[in-house]
Amino acid sequence: MKLYPDISLRLFRVWQRNLIVYMQSWKVRSLPPLLEPIFYLVAFGVGLGSLVGGVRYAGEEISYTRFIAPALIAITVMNNAFFENSYASFVRMYYQKTFDAMMTTPLTVQEIIAGEILWGATKAVIATAIMMAAISVFGLISFPEGLLLLPIAFLGGLAFGGAGMICTALVPNIEIFNLPIFLFITPMFLFGGTFFPLESLPDWGRTTAVFLPLTHLVNLSRSSAIGRSDASVITGLAYLVLFVSASFPTALYLMRRRLIK
Amino acid sequence: MIDIVVEAKNLRKTFGGLVAVDDLSFSVMTGECFGILGPNGAGKTSTIKMIYAFSPPSGGTLNVLGMDISRHARAIKAKIGVCQQENNLDPDLTVLKNLEVFASYFNIPAAEAKRRSRELLELMAMEGRAASKPVELSGGMIRRVVVARALINRPELLILDEPTTGLDPQSRHQLWERLDVLKHNGLSILLTTHNMDEAARLCDRLIIVDRGRLVVEGRPPELVRRHVGRHIIEITDHNEPVRAFLRERNVPFESVGHRTLVGLENGEELCGRIKERFPDAACTMRMANLEDVFLRLTGRELRE
Ligand SMILES: Nc1ncnc2c1ncn2[C@@H]1O[C@H](COP(=O)(O)OP(=O)(O)OP(=O)(O)O)[C@@H](O)[C@H]1O
Ligand SMILES: [Mg+2]
Repeated sequence: MKLYPDISLRLFRVWQRNLIVYMQSWKVRSLPPLLEPIFYLVAFGVGLGSLVGGVRYAGEEISYTRFIAPALIAITVMNNAFFENSYASFVRMYYQKTFDAMMTTPLTVQEIIAGEILWGATKAVIATAIMMAAISVFGLISFPEGLLLLPIAFLGGLAFGGAGMICTALVPNIEIFNLPIFLFITPMFLFGGTFFPLESLPDWGRTTAVFLPLTHLVNLSRSSAIGRSDASVITGLAYLVLFVSASFPTALYLMRRRLIK
Repeated sequence: MIDIVVEAKNLRKTFGGLVAVDDLSFSVMTGECFGILGPNGAGKTSTIKMIYAFSPPSGGTLNVLGMDISRHARAIKAKIGVCQQENNLDPDLTVLKNLEVFASYFNIPAAEAKRRSRELLELMAMEGRAASKPVELSGGMIRRVVVARALINRPELLILDEPTTGLDPQSRHQLWERLDVLKHNGLSILLTTHNMDEAARLCDRLIIVDRGRLVVEGRPPELVRRHVGRHIIEITDHNEPVRAFLRERNVPFESVGHRTLVGLENGEELCGRIKERFPDAACTMRMANLEDVFLRLTGRELRE
């Protein structure tokens, strides 16, 4: 027996629909990931960095810009995938009735949702690639290890896309997305080892951070951008893989429950 | 070739405690246009959503194109075309892209999808608007594109949920003409409507449902003859004396506010007599139609 009898490769048709829409305005859509890291690096790196000086990472002193550059990529992965599968998927489901139309074709609900999450992860990878190009100009990514940022972005994209889709399946209206963003996304953005090392947090803060997906995504991104790895890479990967294996089927299940009446 | 495209037996749909479809049985034959009529909330949409495998039945059996809906949903969906009650064209895509992308959901190769899309837009007289976005179209144009999209997989059965609701008479007639062409080409059509002209014009056979239950089944002209008669006499003045006059002669009639309606096989003589006796009563005679049947069988009170 197949684990998912209702999922076939047809799910790429849903993915492809989103790609077609994306490509219609790819220039505009590429601007934020291109400009955002530059803004951040200038503000935080040049502005704040001169106050902060260096940061100790993996037993070594590195510049503040080198420290936050991979975190900016991880944050972009989180934002792209989460927003795509929360707000954007909700608009397609609720306002545009795009899923309803798809459900009159041989596509199953599971394929539609899987295709959407896969698209969320793809968007995260596209944004990562653009950001990497911008950040590389500043010499802040070591190659070839830095190329691992792409598969890491995909894995992180699946994690946050799945989380976003679970919210989409549960929220009664679009305003409620403020809640998971306030409770889940913003704290991770600030405390996930992004702009300062986890070690600066009190014990309870560090323990909490270990349970947050962004913490692991930031750590993985930093390892590959700087080109240094330790045991935390294995735990980070294991955490994200586990997170995806739980959130993905949960999102499928909850969306099926929401859409099939 | 199968001669029954839809076979529903004791079909039920419940939403919690609410019974939307209650023990409905009917069959749609190959090549016919079959209508499901009923007032708002009668369960029309709920019924056809089960037929296009969108919503699982709560009870009964349902076969579409010879396949059991609960086991072959994907195979059935590959062979039917659906226009849902709400227009749900993809607002992010042009008209042409809407069709092409929809074709991809059926795994139709891109070149073939392009060819079919152009062909169908032509059939629906929409080829001039292929590059428009859905927001730039009128309601009637949108509906025609939705029908074109539903035909992209060359379906054996076309399902339409209130195809012309909200359209002006021109758009309505234009859509009816296209549906005529499709029917003429042998396509089986299942539609819901509460527009009686539409049902009379398009449907070979129909059922009227009310509160989820079957009220009546038949061919439109037969239903009119059986439940109303050929003629309707309508009197809009002097109601009391006219009604007394009718009662005296044992002629059954219906009182609707200030109007008195009499349905009968041949109304000429009676109409003449009423005019003679009550010269100021506005008495007119017309052909009975499906709307008279509908109102007689489903009542005149408003639905919640
Ligand atoms: N998803 C749902 N959840 C709960 N109740 C529902 C749902 N869908 C339909 N109903 C109820 O089922 C009944 C039948 O609704 P349905 O939409 O099938 O009617 P309809 O004949 O299509 O009406 P209309 O002419 O207004 O489109 C109504 O009472 C409706 O409120
Ligand atoms: Mg309806």
